[in-house]
Amino acid sequence: MSRVVTFLTRRRGGRGWHWTDIVSWLWLLGGVVIMFGPAVWLVGSSFKTPAQLAEFPPTIMPYVSQQATVEGYDKPLALYRVKLPDGSTKVLAEVRRIGIMAQMVDPQAPNDVVKVNIADRQPVREIGFATENYTEPFVHFDFLRYLRNSVFVTAMATLITLLTNSMAAFALSKYKFRGRDLTMLVIVGTLMVPLSVILVPLYSVVGAVGLLDSLWGVILPTVATPTGVFLLRQYMLTIPDELLDAARMDNASEWQIYWRIVLPLAAPALAVLAIFSVVWRWNDFLWPLVVLSRKELYTLQVGLNTYAGQLNVQWHYILAMTVVTMIPVVLVFVFLQRYITSGIAGTGLK
Amino acid sequence: MTAAATLKAWTGAALAAPVVWLASIVNVPLKFWQRATGTGGMAAFFLAPNMAIFGIFVLVPMIINFFYSATSGTAYFLQDRTYVGLEQYQRLLDCGNYLDTATCHEDLFWKAVHNTGLFVVVQVALMTVVSMATALILNREIVGRSFWRAVFFFPVLLSPVVTGLIWRWILQRQGLLNLIVHDLGGEPHNWLTDRFWAFTAAVSVSVWAHMGFYTLILLAGLQAIPRDLYEAAEMDGTKPARVFWRITLPLLMPNLLVVIVLTLIRAVQIFDEVYVLTGGGPGTSTLYITQYIYEIGFASLLRNPGLASAASILMGLVLVVLTLVQLQVGRRGERKGARE
Repeated sequence: MSRVVTFLTRRRGGRGWHWTDIVSWLWLLGGVVIMFGPAVWLVGSSFKTPAQLAEFPPTIMPYVSQQATVEGYDKPLALYRVKLPDGSTKVLAEVRRIGIMAQMVDPQAPNDVVKVNIADRQPVREIGFATENYTEPFVHFDFLRYLRNSVFVTAMATLITLLTNSMAAFALSKYKFRGRDLTMLVIVGTLMVPLSVILVPLYSVVGAVGLLDSLWGVILPTVATPTGVFLLRQYMLTIPDELLDAARMDNASEWQIYWRIVLPLAAPALAVLAIFSVVWRWNDFLWPLVVLSRKELYTLQVGLNTYAGQLNVQWHYILAMTVVTMIPVVLVFVFLQRYITSGIAGTGLK
Repeated sequence: MTAAATLKAWTGAALAAPVVWLASIVNVPLKFWQRATGTGGMAAFFLAPNMAIFGIFVLVPMIINFFYSATSGTAYFLQDRTYVGLEQYQRLLDCGNYLDTATCHEDLFWKAVHNTGLFVVVQVALMTVVSMATALILNREIVGRSFWRAVFFFPVLLSPVVTGLIWRWILQRQGLLNLIVHDLGGEPHNWLTDRFWAFTAAVSVSVWAHMGFYTLILLAGLQAIPRDLYEAAEMDGTKPARVFWRITLPLLMPNLLVVIVLTLIRAVQIFDEVYVLTGGGPGTSTLYITQYIYEIGFASLLRNPGLASAASILMGLVLVVLTLVQLQVGRRGERKGARE
């Protein structure tokens, strides 16, 4: 044990502890709590029953109240630990509740009904998970449809992005033609034009080509990403032209050079762009919100926002569906995080 | 080869087969095209799909936005709208006193402008300080740096809707924050229905969501500072504070400026997470410009796309200025880097 402590507290260079070390560690540990805590709290809450979600103070763990089938009653009855007038406590089942009084029976002796003030009792419960929060939205609401729409949009947009961006990057990095620098300038110039600046005219353009209220209307405006072209072009510039010339000597067509030589060599940059594109398209909100008005076309993000914006928010479903929406991004984080961080550190894009 | 590896190789080949086949089919007509038009034609072919999509969905909207802002009506198609010249801009800019939204014709727009201004100032300051502190700590000699770096990066990947909902859940009446306040002996509070706390929440949540990104950029800058400078300073017995002001800060300046300008550009456009978190409320206290454009353009009953378009052009102008500043800053950083 002491070895472990020595390992964890050891410092490179073998110097002693300084007050700045303590501040640093407090900052980092506080960071873990603040960055992960909210997501952990969300996951924990998503397994709670509606009654438990309305409680204050909230419990850390999700609980499920226990029920028992009592002779003479059709439905299972909820169990409570009741403080009786004589000071003893007993587990009773609730038959019905009128105002602040509850009629309760002993599960062992179901014939005697006892009247109990609801202040004198506590529900009997154990740690348990309300998994119906996850299953019901898929059956009773449209979440399965939203999930399918989101997967479709993300997959299609990413595939088209990879293909069109890499083709454009190939032309811009490996050919000399008139207007190449101008094309590059226009692309880079629009890097910083956000969607919100062209929201209204884009809507009318998408309407004019007949894509309003369709998933392709969500996909197409997002795929010609200037960032993707820029990233891939920078990478393809590092591929030596001699390689391409050698292939031309061997009678390879230009398409074959692109497909068989440049694309495989640009795989690391394509992988980074693919990860970015998946995260971007999965998380897109404003544009799908504007373009989709038929409910069955909603993506997960838009659907979630709609359910969360209702007057009577059904938090138990919303929380569970938020967790589902989070899953792909958490997977990317766990397995592919270092590609993203190196991509950002290298190019400064997001 | 193990059975699992064989299976994997076979599935990979089976999935790739149609794509490879398609690529070889495409090759046939393209060879003729290449023979007919030469490399110039091939360049056009490779550029065409991307530039067509780019032209239709980015360039055309950018250009017709100016025409759009010069028309009125509730129709979305340009040909159904009436030309009004600069009327929309006059309406937006018609103000008795720009500091008092009540004197403005479009008081909601100015409310959004004021809110965004305050948000930008507070958020950029907080973001810079927090990500700078984190980057400095991550740059120290700590065990497990890549783990800690990942910790702060986690929220960057979350969708704004998820971020907004997570925090709405924590800040609601029966939420985690009130549990903590309650356990510390305080009075539970409706955080998101209070003007001050709703603003504080909007700023904090957006910093929480994006600080990891800026920390990465600053950390990359810190790690590029040559070690021997610090060693020389140590040999001279320079105090740590002096090392920070004389070595770290000047050499980090290009990255720091990029971070500040990028934060500014993003803060001006803030929408998603705050919209989900507060919906712009309570009242209009967290209504920002992008939400104004969205609501006037699409969601509101008093829909006026021309007005929204004019507002978006004004916001675009601000962003263009900020981007030019960023380019200038970046170029100066590059030149500095080249000299050293």
